[in-house]
Amino acid sequence: MSRSRLIFLALLLLTLAAGCADPGEGNPSSGDTASPGEAAYIENMGSDTIVNLALAWAEAYQTVNGEVRISVTGGGSGTGLAALVNGTVDIANASRQIKDEERAAIQANGFEPVEFVIARDAIAIIVNPNNPVSELTLQQLSDIYSGVITNWSQVGGEDRPIVKLSRETNSGTHVYFLEEVLRLGDKENKTLFSPDALLLPSSEVISAEVRQNPNAIGYDGLGYVTDDLKVVAVSATVGGAYVLPSADTVNDGTYPIARDLYMYTAGQPTGALLAYLEWILSPAAQEIVTELGFVPVGGGE
Amino acid sequence: MALSLRERLITGLIKASGYSAIVFVLLIFYFLLQEGTPALSQVPLGTLFSGRWYPIEDYFGLLPLISGSLVVTIGAGLVAFPLGLGTAIYIAEIAPRWMREILKPLVELLAGLPSVMLGFLGIIVFSPFLRSWLDIPTGLSALTASLLLGFISLPTIVSVAEDALDAVPKAYRDAALAIGATEWQTIWRVTVPAARTGILTAMMLGLGRAIGETMTVMMVAGNAPVLPRGLDIFLSPVRTMTATIAAEMGEVANGSTHYHVLFFVGIVLFLISLSVNVTASIIIFRQGKRAERMLS
Repeated sequence: MSRSRLIFLALLLLTLAAGCADPGEGNPSSGDTASPGEAAYIENMGSDTIVNLALAWAEAYQTVNGEVRISVTGGGSGTGLAALVNGTVDIANASRQIKDEERAAIQANGFEPVEFVIARDAIAIIVNPNNPVSELTLQQLSDIYSGVITNWSQVGGEDRPIVKLSRETNSGTHVYFLEEVLRLGDKENKTLFSPDALLLPSSEVISAEVRQNPNAIGYDGLGYVTDDLKVVAVSATVGGAYVLPSADTVNDGTYPIARDLYMYTAGQPTGALLAYLEWILSPAAQEIVTELGFVPVGGGE
Repeated sequence: MALSLRERLITGLIKASGYSAIVFVLLIFYFLLQEGTPALSQVPLGTLFSGRWYPIEDYFGLLPLISGSLVVTIGAGLVAFPLGLGTAIYIAEIAPRWMREILKPLVELLAGLPSVMLGFLGIIVFSPFLRSWLDIPTGLSALTASLLLGFISLPTIVSVAEDALDAVPKAYRDAALAIGATEWQTIWRVTVPAARTGILTAMMLGLGRAIGETMTVMMVAGNAPVLPRGLDIFLSPVRTMTATIAAEMGEVANGSTHYHVLFFVGIVLFLISLSVNVTASIIIFRQGKRAERMLS
């Protein structure tokens, strides 16, 4: 379902790109070094977490530089980086850092992957609004997803089985959650997802299930959480303060499940590609980050 | 002379298109073998047939995937066989002519329903309903997938079975009715057994449709790679081979162990549908033999 939606969005974007080439309007952003009039085509693919943000940027960039066409597709961080390895895209979006083998594969093609931190994201833990549980520690989350805790009554809820929802293994969010929550950031820790954790193909399916199932617990990027879902406050340590995810708690580091979002290029970007990436880090583009529920980078730190 | 040449040319062309189907199947199988067999040397057999599937940490146990596919397919069969046969009998034997002319195209229209639509329907309607009705932890389960797959294979089963029933000579029915059989006795003892071969083909085709279906299953089955411990597997989430290939193939690096294992899953899937078809052929062949014996 997610993929077909993305294709639709990409088509929509292309239509928009063709329709609103109006370079007269809009101020050039502060980091604008694009050589004007240079027509270019940028292929951008990867993380489903980032895809809405990347689409919004691509759309907004048309008003700054109408000569550049940007195509955005999702598919997952692994998919985007695999496409970067194969040389079919210019920018890979990833919600996790590049793996060593992916780095090696790009180097084998004669390029050095270049990393850009383009935004931050908090992973919100979501439950059904009727679920009385509103606080969990990281340890409890780890125990729930690894199958040690199987009933809501063990964490102060009703006597109901816990249905654990997760993204598919090709999702950067899945990998991040495995490393930072299940394994609590400990590289030696070999905890795995319990086999009965549901691996769902998209954020939408997770939201749909949590919305109607009082047994369910899921995780999703903060940008995807809607009002009819209940967000659980998380504490890093037992007895520590329980914190709800927001831009403030992510930036001051108190919310424990937050991560950087990345764009990767094969080799130092030049020309239109460099101009686009510089524009993304500019304050104008980072405003869009806030609008979409992510946390902006740079500037005020 | 010219005529025979032209005739030979045309015969040759028809022969070539006939053989091309076989060639394509062989080529696909060759490709599957080429990409899938390295998995056997890269992953120990003990791991390949263990109960844990978690590819990003190199757990390549296929058993949960195989059992998941089987559970969902068997469930689909349990839904679609009685319903499909009943519909076919009604359309072919009982319904008046005008209703038959409406019903059959309608059922066949069902086949044109995109499976992603059914999956969406499953997520929004079936799964919440089944969860609260049966009081199970989650509606994203083998049961929901079986129901939807049953619907998906229904048009195939109804269409082929109805054709088979329709092909039974009218003389059979007349003869049965003439010796005093009721309508029900005629259907159950004469018409259906006479069309047995076609009905069996219908069921096998339906099963083939169910086991190969991907999108719907990926959306509603929950995709948890659990090993069945009992019959309650029908109420729990399962992960099928098709959904696994679809969900993971886009991500794997070309030539990695995971890549080869996914092709190996493809080989297993291929062998399972092959054995379903071969079994069906053998049964049909045997029945043909027996019918010939009885007639002679």
